[in-house]
Amino acid sequence: MAQLKVLVVDDESGIRSGVARILGNFHVTYPFMDEDYTFSILEAATGEEGIEIIDRDMPDIMLLDNKLPGIQGVEVLEYVRKKNLDIVVAMITSYASIDVAVRAHNDGAIDFIPKPFTPQELKTSIEQITKQLYLRRITNTLKVEGRKVRFQFLSVLSHELKAPLNAIEGYLRLMQERQLGNSLDDYASAVERSLQRIESMRNLIMDLLDFTKVSFERHLENMQEINLKDLVSMAIVTVSPYAIHKDIGFNTDIRRCGKIWADPNDFEIILNNLISNAVKYNRNGGTVTVTVDCSEDDFTISVADTGIGMNADEREMLFEEFSRIKNEKTRNISGSGLGLSIVKKVVELYHGVIEVTSEPERGSVFKVIIPKMQVTNIQSQNENTTGKNS
Amino acid sequence: MVKNNYTVLIADDDPDYLFQVAFYLRKAGYEVVAVESQAEAEQVILKMKPDIAVFDLMMESDDSGFILCYKLKRKYPEVPVILATAVARETGVSFGLNSEQEREWIRADLYLEKGVRPEQLDQEIRKLLKI
Repeated sequence: MAQLKVLVVDDESGIRSGVARILGNFHVTYPFMDEDYTFSILEAATGEEGIEIIDRDMPDIMLLDNKLPGIQGVEVLEYVRKKNLDIVVAMITSYASIDVAVRAHNDGAIDFIPKPFTPQELKTSIEQITKQLYLRRITNTLKVEGRKVRFQFLSVLSHELKAPLNAIEGYLRLMQERQLGNSLDDYASAVERSLQRIESMRNLIMDLLDFTKVSFERHLENMQEINLKDLVSMAIVTVSPYAIHKDIGFNTDIRRCGKIWADPNDFEIILNNLISNAVKYNRNGGTVTVTVDCSEDDFTISVADTGIGMNADEREMLFEEFSRIKNEKTRNISGSGLGLSIVKKVVELYHGVIEVTSEPERGSVFKVIIPKMQVTNIQSQNENTTGKNS
Repeated sequence: MVKNNYTVLIADDDPDYLFQVAFYLRKAGYEVVAVESQAEAEQVILKMKPDIAVFDLMMESDDSGFILCYKLKRKYPEVPVILATAVARETGVSFGLNSEQEREWIRADLYLEKGVRPEQLDQEIRKLLKI
């Protein structure tokens, strides 16, 4: 049994003893935690007393009332944040003004427990908080090791590259051992599946090459005036076999945005990835709309589809390397999980941002916004470099 | 070898690997319940008790296999679990059942690198089932 120290800072003694009673025999369990977490309660009637206990006993969790006789709850919270203490804080409060809520949230309060609360409400909050704390500590441990990110990239890459090889090898062995019968026809689906796996592996390798390319420095000699209209048309042609197969229609609305200096390969990567995703994750008979628009300071490439869309959780992990959204709807869609992280990298090279709005079952809109200034700067850097070299 | 009293639950989101393993194990005489996701495996665990389980590590999430281990062991502590994954040790990420700490964390009975030959899997299953 691991025990977490919960500090309750509230001037109402009824609340403090209530929390102590409810959490006294409560425990929280989580996958891979070998032991359940139980709770010991520390009580403080004022903020000042709370800070004293924090310094002395270092609680894991703090339940904090905002309205206190002396210093206010948010000030205690600020103290915790400034000293960078590893304490998860939840505010307990009967009325929280928006101001207090915003301030508390900015200072790291992760939860609000409305007062009065039922034992179940408190337990639910504590359960969430404990999980948060647990995950936060695990993450910190990993961060200390530092090398995690690179390893993760390599390990997932090795996973993604090995899986198709294993599958194809398996089918070849089935054939070698004539496990499915003596006629070639018995192996039609094994051959078909092997070919599909080879195709998706080829795509992964192509994406991987793109990925390494954009990780390197810009090749300034490749910068030139690009024509977005042509690049969009090219990307649409590239994806058209698949689009025809899925009966997808295209709308384009390309405004002239003046001169844009860039490496056309970079914009090919951006457009190819966004437009092919818009086809891939569309419904049959859907539409893809590509628009290019500009303001004084920047230009915006937007690619909208009428496809399966995403929920908020899925949106969050979208740009991470190898993050593929896995669910019923995407099961038969192949992808390397690298495309959008490559796009993001490229867009960032041009000091731009990529945004996504999406609604499940309605579709997604990806917007790339790139400042015109930056593109010009890269151009002038280019000239400088060329000047130095010559 | 009469093994059809034994039910193997296999969860793996690679449909080809799943097909191949299920094919060999059925041929070797096991009853096989094959599912493609953590969610489906959880449904199966609610309804039936397998004699042994083989879980892929990364399915809907990176730790699907761990979570399935945990859930299965909570309900049926005596059912052996094999975790299979294609994540290679040479990348520097080794998570196996090599240390006491890992064993405590990952409540699996055996950790196998994917790409293991079906005969070897059959052997490992027999070892764990003591048949």
